[in-house]
Amino acid sequence: MIYLTRKVEFSASHLYHNPAFSPEENRRVFGKCNNPHGHGHNYVLEVTVAGEPDPGTGMVLDLKELKDILQREILDRMDHRFLNYEVPELAGKIPTTETIAMTIWQLLEPRINELGLPGHRGQGRLHRVRLYETPDLFVDCTGNGQ
Amino acid sequence: MKLVLHRRYRFSASHRLHQPGWPQEENVRVYGKCANEHGHGHNYVLDVAVTGPVDPATGMITNLADLDAYIERHVLAEFDHVYLNEQVPAFRSLVPTAENICRVLFDRLRAYPHARLASIGLEETGANSFEYAGDSRENA
Repeated sequence: MIYLTRKVEFSASHLYHNPAFSPEENRRVFGKCNNPHGHGHNYVLEVTVAGEPDPGTGMVLDLKELKDILQREILDRMDHRFLNYEVPELAGKIPTTETIAMTIWQLLEPRINELGLPGHRGQGRLHRVRLYETPDLFVDCTGNGQ
Repeated sequence: MKLVLHRRYRFSASHRLHQPGWPQEENVRVYGKCANEHGHGHNYVLDVAVTGPVDPATGMITNLADLDAYIERHVLAEFDHVYLNEQVPAFRSLVPTAENICRVLFDRLRAYPHARLASIGLEETGANSFEYAGDSRENA
């Protein structure tokens, strides 16, 4: 099995706020992240695909296709956006690193796994989504499979 | 969904790799420069990985303020800017290799009350890094 990782970056703003909490409770639980104007990060996303190289091409998948999926599903949605208000998949959720990583997994898994279908060059399966909010904070999501 | 949150911390400390039961020539043969009797130091980078369910009210496995305060109190306050061999009781009878530091920290941080410890990572230098996830399947 080969594990192939592609890295992309996006910049976005967010805030943490639970409408069920009082203003004091929101400030206590979320601290500076509760600022109603939001704040931003340079997120770094590493997407790892696992698979056996195709004997004809020597590749697990066509990196151009993976690049296009990341552009369409993640960067077009999240880059230079206010995550709470501009990304429908995060509407009403608290966009913590955990929540964003899970959302990215859900967006990517069907797109990457269908690369093995006829008409596509590849047979990899999404193995891990690693999302860095800062160099010192990141979350790994490995789906439901393991 | 399996999620693991990693948080990195830094501490700077000195140590000496030395088995008191061995003659110094044997220590030098095994540990090389690291057996220097006056010790030497590193800028350690500690990776603490925790896992568990995401609280629907907060979207978090654990509140980082809780984790940061716990690591400050239970690791950094004791490990930062000290001579590990002399000033951290766990290493009075245990050689403070990066491997042993990982084990000591893992055993200590298993008690973190807000999430389950998944693994400990330790970079001793940019070229050497170590990871420990416990010896039993419960932490696999």
